[in-house]
Amino acid sequence: MSVSPAPAAPSPVASAPFTYRVPRIRTEGLPMLPIVILVTLAVLAVLADVIAPHNPEIGSLSQRFRPPAWIAGGSTEHLLGTDHIGRDVLSRLIFGARVSMIVGFTAVIIAGVLGSTLGILSGYLGGWVDQVIMRVTDTWLALPGLTFAIFLAAIVGPSEWNIVIILGAVYWTRYARVIRSEVLSLKERDFVRLAIVAGCSKWTIMRRHLLPNVLNTAIVLATLMLGVVIVTEAALSFLGVGVPPPKPAWGLMLADGKKGLMAGYWWLTVFPGLCIVLMVLAANLLGDWLRVKLDPQLRQL
Amino acid sequence: MRRFVLRRLAYAALSLFLLSVTIFFFVRVTGDPTVLLVEPGASKSDLEALRHDLGLDRSLAVQYGAFMRDILRGDFGRSFYYRTPVLELYVSRLPNSILLAAAAMAFSLLIGIPSGILAAVRVGGFWDSAGKLFALLGLSMPSFWVGLLLILFFSVYLGWLPSSGSGTAWHVLMPAFALGWYFAAAHMRLTRSSMLEVLGSEYVKLARLKGLPEMRVIAKHAFKNALIPVLTLAGINLVLMVNVAVVVETVFAWPGIGRLLYEGIAFRDFPVVQATVLLAGSMIVVVNLVVDVLYAVIDPRIRYER
Repeated sequence: MSVSPAPAAPSPVASAPFTYRVPRIRTEGLPMLPIVILVTLAVLAVLADVIAPHNPEIGSLSQRFRPPAWIAGGSTEHLLGTDHIGRDVLSRLIFGARVSMIVGFTAVIIAGVLGSTLGILSGYLGGWVDQVIMRVTDTWLALPGLTFAIFLAAIVGPSEWNIVIILGAVYWTRYARVIRSEVLSLKERDFVRLAIVAGCSKWTIMRRHLLPNVLNTAIVLATLMLGVVIVTEAALSFLGVGVPPPKPAWGLMLADGKKGLMAGYWWLTVFPGLCIVLMVLAANLLGDWLRVKLDPQLRQL
Repeated sequence: MRRFVLRRLAYAALSLFLLSVTIFFFVRVTGDPTVLLVEPGASKSDLEALRHDLGLDRSLAVQYGAFMRDILRGDFGRSFYYRTPVLELYVSRLPNSILLAAAAMAFSLLIGIPSGILAAVRVGGFWDSAGKLFALLGLSMPSFWVGLLLILFFSVYLGWLPSSGSGTAWHVLMPAFALGWYFAAAHMRLTRSSMLEVLGSEYVKLARLKGLPEMRVIAKHAFKNALIPVLTLAGINLVLMVNVAVVVETVFAWPGIGRLLYEGIAFRDFPVVQATVLLAGSMIVVVNLVVDVLYAVIDPRIRYER
């Protein structure tokens, strides 16, 4: 990128010409693949109503099991074919991006806020608070994430928001563990000691001095967790305890696709799975990159 | 050593206790458990009767005591769907799950260990990059989608393998591969980093200085030592595989405990769900305890920490 020419003579007059220098975004070294994938999915999610060619929840039975456009029997009307009740696969995939984005991001944020808070409390306060939080964390970590989520979903019943809360409740433990160990070493550092000497309350130290320092770790973890959360959501929906039908969720589409699997309707299985893989792959790649950039301590994780 | 084992035992016991409390808590506090515990379509008077039977008017502590007493006796309630004790069902399905997990473990080690060694020996080279790509794909592709693709290719397109059920060795292949896929990537990563660590150590340098052929250095001196952490992880993962195969078992209609859990959800058979989850957690707590103690036996430094 060329440097924009500097103004010839800086005008001393108040009415200097309005100059705006486009901020230079450093693109070198950025992981372009995951960013392109995530941005594309985000745009699809936001503009689904405009982009999707058909209503994702309504199909016509006369159009059922149409193959993708480039295969004999397919038409450009339904680019990626139709499912068992004639709904447009492409439109469902586009709206599915919205479901995955909303569920994935909110669940990761809920888990992150809960886990980081408990991790900081546990690490800084120590004593019985630490014991209680860590014993609960250990126990919850003993339950496989998916199994625990299925159990909770079976109790509270399927809905999009229940899934978000369940995923948050299941996955906060991973943050709590890592953040706590980070705080344990941070609290021995001089800036925390100085804050104590300066008379800061415990609350202020945790909020103003510890939280900003563990934020990087929390962000890296959140990115890496995004993939896990999206796969879990897809699995729950696939099993029928996730996002309830007829909502277009990718896991749900795979469950529908299984009905046409033996008949060879491959597009119902291949495309939703590809979407899940792309999003999870992007999250993992971005997480790996952020880990190296933001948090050298986590590099070996 | 005895103090260490005792403390670990105490932790494990506490974990099991908290596990049961967690499950009890979620069942009782997130609404009226009678709705979950009674068969769908039960009448109002049935509900009332059950509420009295369960003693829901008593204090939570008393209720928890009763809940635990039943479980310790091995009474996990009766399945609504199969009309048999849940524990019986569980035990009858367990061998299938163990078989599947063992086959999946074999797959994951057969793929993971050689590719991990190759990546470590050729670090920075083509095989290392290929291994990285494989690990990334392994961690990003959901196992059930892998399973569906396998069915599509080997059952529908080629017609070579049965798409579901169990009975013959052919039935095990696809579910085992789908389940082992994710773990293969994890085992590959660990083998690679463990090999790299060992290859940089003094005794490997010495073996090379002695003039041993490179193959021998890698196979005998490095690999044997690098294998220890991998096998530990494999041990833990084996138990995990028995318990996380829900989706894969559902895809292939494999009659294991994962499928049992799925049926529990599908038929709203709550006692089955509760027992499966409780037993899964308990199994993992126990295996963690065993691993911790074994490690302390091998490495005295661990015994004295803290």
